[in-house]
Amino acid sequence: MNKTPGTSGLILDEPLLWEKGKPGRHAMSIPSSDVPAAPMDESLLGAEVDFPDLSEVDVVRHYTRLSQWNFGVDTGMYPLGSCTMKYNPKINEKHAATPAFAAAHPMLGDTHIQGVLQIMYELQHFLAEITGLDAVSLQPAAGAHGELTGMLIFHKYHTSHNSRRSKILIPDTAHGTNPASAALCGYKAIPVKSNARGMLDKNDVAALMDEDTAGIMLTNPNTLGLFEQQIREIADIVHAKGGLVYGDGANMNAVLGVVDAKKCGIDVLHLNLHKTFSTPHGGGGPGAGPVCVTKDLEQFLPVPRAVKEGDTYRLMTDQSQSIGRVHGFHGNFGVLIRAYSYILSMGAKGLNMASQLAVLNANYIRAHLKDTFHLAYETPCMHECVFSDKNQHDYKVSTLDIAKRLIDYGFHPPTIYFPLVVPGAIMIEPTETECKDDLDQFIATMKRIAHEAEHQPELLHNAPSRCKVKRLDEVTAARCPCLIGTAQADD
Amino acid sequence: MRYLPHTQEEIQDMLEKTGHSSLEDLFASIPADCRMNTSWDLPEAMTEWELNDHMAALAAGMKVNERSKVFVGAGSYHHYMPETVRHLMGRSEFLTAYTPYQPEMAQGTLQGIFEYQTLTARLLGMDAVNASMYDGASALAEALLMGLRVAKKKNKVAVSQAIHPHYRAVAQAYLAPTSYELVELPILEDGRTDLSSLTDMDDLAAVALQSPNFFGVIEDLEQATQVIHAAGSLSITCFSEAFAYGLLKNPGQCGVDIVCGEGQSFGLPRSLGGPGLGMFGCRQKLVRNLPGRLVGETKDLDGKRGFVLTLATREQHIRREKATSNICSNQGICAMTAAAYMASLGRTGLREMARLNYDKSEYLKKELIKAGAQLTFSGPTFNEFVVHFTDDFRPVYDRLLQKNIVAGLELGTWYPKLQSHYLFCVTETLSRQDMDTIIEEIKA
Repeated sequence: MNKTPGTSGLILDEPLLWEKGKPGRHAMSIPSSDVPAAPMDESLLGAEVDFPDLSEVDVVRHYTRLSQWNFGVDTGMYPLGSCTMKYNPKINEKHAATPAFAAAHPMLGDTHIQGVLQIMYELQHFLAEITGLDAVSLQPAAGAHGELTGMLIFHKYHTSHNSRRSKILIPDTAHGTNPASAALCGYKAIPVKSNARGMLDKNDVAALMDEDTAGIMLTNPNTLGLFEQQIREIADIVHAKGGLVYGDGANMNAVLGVVDAKKCGIDVLHLNLHKTFSTPHGGGGPGAGPVCVTKDLEQFLPVPRAVKEGDTYRLMTDQSQSIGRVHGFHGNFGVLIRAYSYILSMGAKGLNMASQLAVLNANYIRAHLKDTFHLAYETPCMHECVFSDKNQHDYKVSTLDIAKRLIDYGFHPPTIYFPLVVPGAIMIEPTETECKDDLDQFIATMKRIAHEAEHQPELLHNAPSRCKVKRLDEVTAARCPCLIGTAQADD
Repeated sequence: MRYLPHTQEEIQDMLEKTGHSSLEDLFASIPADCRMNTSWDLPEAMTEWELNDHMAALAAGMKVNERSKVFVGAGSYHHYMPETVRHLMGRSEFLTAYTPYQPEMAQGTLQGIFEYQTLTARLLGMDAVNASMYDGASALAEALLMGLRVAKKKNKVAVSQAIHPHYRAVAQAYLAPTSYELVELPILEDGRTDLSSLTDMDDLAAVALQSPNFFGVIEDLEQATQVIHAAGSLSITCFSEAFAYGLLKNPGQCGVDIVCGEGQSFGLPRSLGGPGLGMFGCRQKLVRNLPGRLVGETKDLDGKRGFVLTLATREQHIRREKATSNICSNQGICAMTAAAYMASLGRTGLREMARLNYDKSEYLKKELIKAGAQLTFSGPTFNEFVVHFTDDFRPVYDRLLQKNIVAGLELGTWYPKLQSHYLFCVTETLSRQDMDTIIEEIKA
């Protein structure tokens, strides 16, 4: 087989910040004062904060070494299902750091900040075009924040129709954050089971939907990577009972230019700009989760939004039915610039091509691995495919072991044990930015691991063996939590 | 397109393997009535060079820009940013990684966040700090919800009117669909919060103050927390200027139970208000009610120190609708950035820089008063304060704007009673000369 990228190299250890340094060192220039020292009420004064004093070289080596223990998209293939770990273009970083944008103050008048308002206005328009919906709020700071915003809109919509509803339908193939987002708005999550083909059945929805149910929250394509074929009929059922349809757009990367959310019957949809629109995930954020809605729901969107009057851009706040604000200012604006830059770089054709290749890559992996690993559903997949460890049970090898062995070979593991409907799930989303050579290497590695599982399972049980650390004791970490370091700065 | 690596030949080979006749054929399962059949109104794809020109043109449309002297804080502050921090946090091993679900290949992120939690806990005087919330405003909303969770049967929370108006708006939006009641506490003459009504309120789960508050006024947290505790409520402190705790007594020392606020001052650009950093900490006894991700220390199979995400049983992917929050992605790299910034400042640097902010703002305050301005609130302030002028200040403001100086923020939009009162902010980035220019223009 091909060589895999995984190998071992020199890893340098690095203590915690407060385990190094010496009092009196500086890593930052401190300007000298050009004003007299002002008196201060001693009773307000606190003690000096116990930070370590480090030199500039101390700080640089510290973070450089830490970075070398990390794996990112720039390091290698990161087929984490449902997370769309595509390449994050470098030019977007430059644009987000444009000095005039980086210095933009969020509390100043519209005339002072026309450039950034134009970006907001145009991005709102682009996202409306791309989804087929009518109006957009850029405020939500992440996907789950978008979901919460959507649920606040649901609630306000029903209140404005003098209706109080207590339940919401959430399929077992929806995203993990959905029930918690709905619960924040007081909705009880009613699970809807997917059928033998991994999809929702309109009859199941019809049986559960009633006039005490605010609507449905579904992910399409769902977390099995399958397109919900009855979505149109399901939306009609929900609408007929006065409910609304929430679309979790986390998997939008599969269907750009192919699916029109409004025609699917979706009323509210959030997008994850850190997935579909290529902004980096930063080891856990910041992301951005703009919310797109139909014309009827526009009045409920958070304020302010950017509007254009003549040649001037303005922040519009007068919207009496608005749910209010969900972010202190205008959302993660730096992330919005990156997504804007990405859309302008790709153009309509490029975005559509990205989805086509994302789906091609997933199907290619599926076709190659379906005889080796157990395929959860036979239904044709979109941008991700879900296998399980069923074929490996006899060798006492689990999904976790397979994932950890992939690390040794230089790949980030897929998403594991999710979605919950597939026991031992292995959810692979390669994205469009992986080339065929790398996919072939990944496929060969997965097959090699399956072979090892049969003949040398200890290699899997002991994996990973090439990282800085071996498997970590998560049980003790949770039982006796150590959440902050205890050593003193100068010890 | 340079981000898409497939050659035509490869596409054909791959389609053959998957058994599809064309790329369009991959989407055969999508019903016709769900399909996009209009072409998008999007600009043509730009080359990298065209895009650079386009962005430069937009940047040129910024009347207030990086060269402006902006005497406005109000939740978004301009502090010097060391090149090392920007450079290190731009490393793609940090930037292009996901949430550390596979700890063995994410020890950099995990140790970095553990260090952030620790330094922030020391700054705020808290026992535990989470891996971040979206921003100061949503952190306040989550803190109020946490207070209600802890208090269980109580139904009401109170927030000071001196809390950033946008933070209060977010808290209101979060609580709107619930049966909880949010009451506001008025402001005293000195700019501090009036807590006298607390004794008449029962059913109060938590009370939130901001310190320094929106007007820059430092609340008497010790005294306030005693009153709040006497009313049987949890004490929450929020903040928008993290630098204040380089100089002032921290909330933990004042007995506060939950601290939440904005960490943007520590190494993040203003960037129209985001991405920021929601800092969030609490006392040990409340840890299991904490929202958001947590990193904990542990050992690997060989007994070597390592770090993992922990206490996940509080979180949405396990507890589903009973989770302490719905938050999943947070502000990861912003938290790492704040840690690198705090480490760069160090114990002595933080103190010096905080002191500099205080001294400079006191200088401007004094000079403005000498030039005829009146202090709106008498309480002590950190690096922001509110003044009003006998004569209309607007012409002076406009003349200063011509000189690329933004002289404060008029507060009427947020507080109708404070029409023509101006909130000024001074950080280390503004010089005595910049301040003297304002004074000269007032006298002109």
